[in-house]
Amino acid sequence: MVGAGLAGMRAALAAQAAGADVAIVTKVYPVRSHSNAAQGGINAALGPEDSWESHAYDTVKGSDYLGDQDAIEILAREAPGAIVELERMGVVFNRDEHGRLGSRNFGGASHARTYFVGDFTGQAILHVLYEQLVKSGIRTYNEHFCSQLLRDGNGAVSGVIAFDMRSGEVSQIGARAVILCTGGIGRVFEPSTNALICTGDGSALAYRAGAPLMDMEMVQFHPTTLKSNGALISESARGEGGYLINSEGERFMQKTAPNAMELASRDVVSRAAQIEINEGRGVDGCVLLDVRHLGAARILERLPQIRELALEFAGADMITDPVPVLPGMHYQMGGIRTDVHGATPVPGLYAAGECACVSVHGGNRLGANSLLETVVFGRRAGDAAAESARGRTAAALPESLRDDEERRLRTLVDRPGTERSAALRLAMGTTMTRQVGVFRDEPTLRDAERKLLDLRDRFAGVSIGDKGRLFNQALVAALELDFMLDLARTVVAGAIVRTESRGAHTRVDYPKRNDAEWLKHTLCHHTPDGPAVSTAPVTITKWEPTERKY
Amino acid sequence: MEVKLSVQRSHPDRDPATWWQDYTVDVPEHATVLDALLCVRDDQDETLTLRSSCRSHICGSCTMRINGRSALGCKTKLGVARARLRPEEPIRIQPAGNMAVIKDLAVNLEGFFDKVKAVTPYLQPTGPEPEREYIVPNEAMLTVREAMACILCGACVSACNSLEVEPRFLGPAALAKAWRFTEDPRDGKDSERLEFLSSVPGGIWDCTHCFACVEVCPKDVKPMERILELRRRSMEAGYTDNNGSRHSQAFLDTISRSGQLDETRVAVRSMRGPSELLEWTPVGVKSFLRGKVPLRHKPIPGALRIKAIFAAAEAHGRRDRAAADHGAHG
Repeated sequence: MVGAGLAGMRAALAAQAAGADVAIVTKVYPVRSHSNAAQGGINAALGPEDSWESHAYDTVKGSDYLGDQDAIEILAREAPGAIVELERMGVVFNRDEHGRLGSRNFGGASHARTYFVGDFTGQAILHVLYEQLVKSGIRTYNEHFCSQLLRDGNGAVSGVIAFDMRSGEVSQIGARAVILCTGGIGRVFEPSTNALICTGDGSALAYRAGAPLMDMEMVQFHPTTLKSNGALISESARGEGGYLINSEGERFMQKTAPNAMELASRDVVSRAAQIEINEGRGVDGCVLLDVRHLGAARILERLPQIRELALEFAGADMITDPVPVLPGMHYQMGGIRTDVHGATPVPGLYAAGECACVSVHGGNRLGANSLLETVVFGRRAGDAAAESARGRTAAALPESLRDDEERRLRTLVDRPGTERSAALRLAMGTTMTRQVGVFRDEPTLRDAERKLLDLRDRFAGVSIGDKGRLFNQALVAALELDFMLDLARTVVAGAIVRTESRGAHTRVDYPKRNDAEWLKHTLCHHTPDGPAVSTAPVTITKWEPTERKY
Repeated sequence: MEVKLSVQRSHPDRDPATWWQDYTVDVPEHATVLDALLCVRDDQDETLTLRSSCRSHICGSCTMRINGRSALGCKTKLGVARARLRPEEPIRIQPAGNMAVIKDLAVNLEGFFDKVKAVTPYLQPTGPEPEREYIVPNEAMLTVREAMACILCGACVSACNSLEVEPRFLGPAALAKAWRFTEDPRDGKDSERLEFLSSVPGGIWDCTHCFACVEVCPKDVKPMERILELRRRSMEAGYTDNNGSRHSQAFLDTISRSGQLDETRVAVRSMRGPSELLEWTPVGVKSFLRGKVPLRHKPIPGALRIKAIFAAAEAHGRRDRAAADHGAHG
């Protein structure tokens, strides 16, 4: 396992239960993972009025028909079991008046099927999975940065090389199967709601190892982030009944989604909010999120953490003031292409969670489907990897691989140069936000591509300011930047190729969804000259594409 | 806004000494201490080492001491950190306390997590598995949630006075975690947990009741209050064969009898028996020679009324939580 967020820990537990000898390599401690940040909840059709088909349909529609429906059916069918399982592990889900699991409304959903722990659902689940990890005795290599995937003579993945960031010691860890659960690529953008660790390490490692990245242009901009630092204000604020208003006091969602209003899917709400801001009906570059009418008691019970965040970083008390918010980069729908068992086209390599693209989110992820994806497909990847590992003999890898990597890292640390990785990272992030944001067009994307190429050239001149071995964060920052520069290129490449508007990808020069030509996935393959893009069909089972209205 | 920081640094691989290094950064008004430190690392000094990730106090990475107080860097606004300083005085940044430093602000967390692991930190249901989820009242979940809000940042451990003298103390974070399971109606191992926590060296009776953990906790988990509740519950469950609960009971008895603390009696009654009393004799003699063992203990005026208060409370059959907590003092 690489990564110890929800997907990683769930996969590890599944693989161990299936008889595998499992170890987790993680660049932080498991409880520091970014799954923590998921606030609102986790979806499942558990209620008597609800059905998995309804959940699946909402997800298909939310994805703007780009999600693979076989995978979405699995997600929706396995959701109730997954949530009950989490509850039995110890997650302190909110209850209804009968003591059963209680749910709330969420965007893009036709039933109240989001189960939650206040507004810190991700943290509450992450810590319970950590408890299960402790119980399992699975070995974790904490604060180990995975810098290479190892391949055997046949090209199959046969382990990883990772170094202990604290001591600098490099280890070679052999494995008959490797599951990447390394999370999203948020830091490719600046700002982003994502944590500083979300640098897409696993996605880049897989890409370089020959696994294609799918639908990378599908980047979710969350409608409600704080201007000052990009922090997320959960969709639960709108799920509980919050309004979005413009400078004229108008609930502007009535123009684009008169039925769902603020609870239309995120791509729809983000576009609407961005239009208000662009057309001068914003307030200081933002729109306003107003939950005052919910009353202090409900805000304190259901939204305590986001009230605290708004107080802290926007100086607004949600009980008495509306909070200025704007769309901000939040989630990567695309990722390492996998089948419904988490397998990538590279033998021995699996992926699950945000780094993977199975694809259940397609062009736009519904709120509270991401936590669900981590546990459903984490478990499936763990099962499948354990199964495949049984059938493989461990490749005997020469120890020299470890020494080679140690030399490579040393050379990187010692090399002269005048560039600083922080400056390049900022240039990359602001370019992506300005030019590959909510609204896109070809000339701007082409210009972004040129800038990224230039940054790639400049990366060769990056000097690492810390020459020591102990806890060398400058080295880690440079390695992460190296990964992100590759990933940024794939986002732009996908965005240039997809000449239509679908889900979160809005091309002002191609404003319509084009099912005739683009009801398909984009695939980026790594080549020395950058991404080579091909396409793959979308799996349709029950739901033919129709126009999407909220 | 220009901000001065003074950071306590160390690179033990090169030099065992620590040093203070001053930095000046220009950051926006709303910035946090973490923002300022990341600015330093990005723009001035890439060797400055500190953990950080979420920037929104949910991951627990950036625990440090800011002007001596344990806190999350991402939850401490620069304005607040500067509030009590003279204009030219820098904000002092040090690594978290009670943990060995690896480099600069990064401390060794292995011991911290080992203690979390020591409290059997996972649900242990004993009854039959329910068909679906466990049916439990929302109020019970909301109560457990108070401790589930813990992000294991270690600010409480950094500030813990007891840990400074008793490194075996499991500490506020691990004990708050333990409380979470004793409070969870789905867990069936309350007795075993309470027995362990009240008898293990470094268990619940090693808290000095100083409130430091309550004050610094960024998630309002109130670890000390959880520990006091664990004490009360362990005594109720009959796990009283330990110095802590004997001390507690003796404290209560002497107060109810005379209206004030009879220190000699409390000390003697806290011991397991003659053998332990013998062990502590040298300490007793020293204390006596320094006049710290009052031989006569007089009831305060109105002691009878205090007795009456105790009697009334008992007559009401109330669990007197405040008395138990007070009894646990020291």
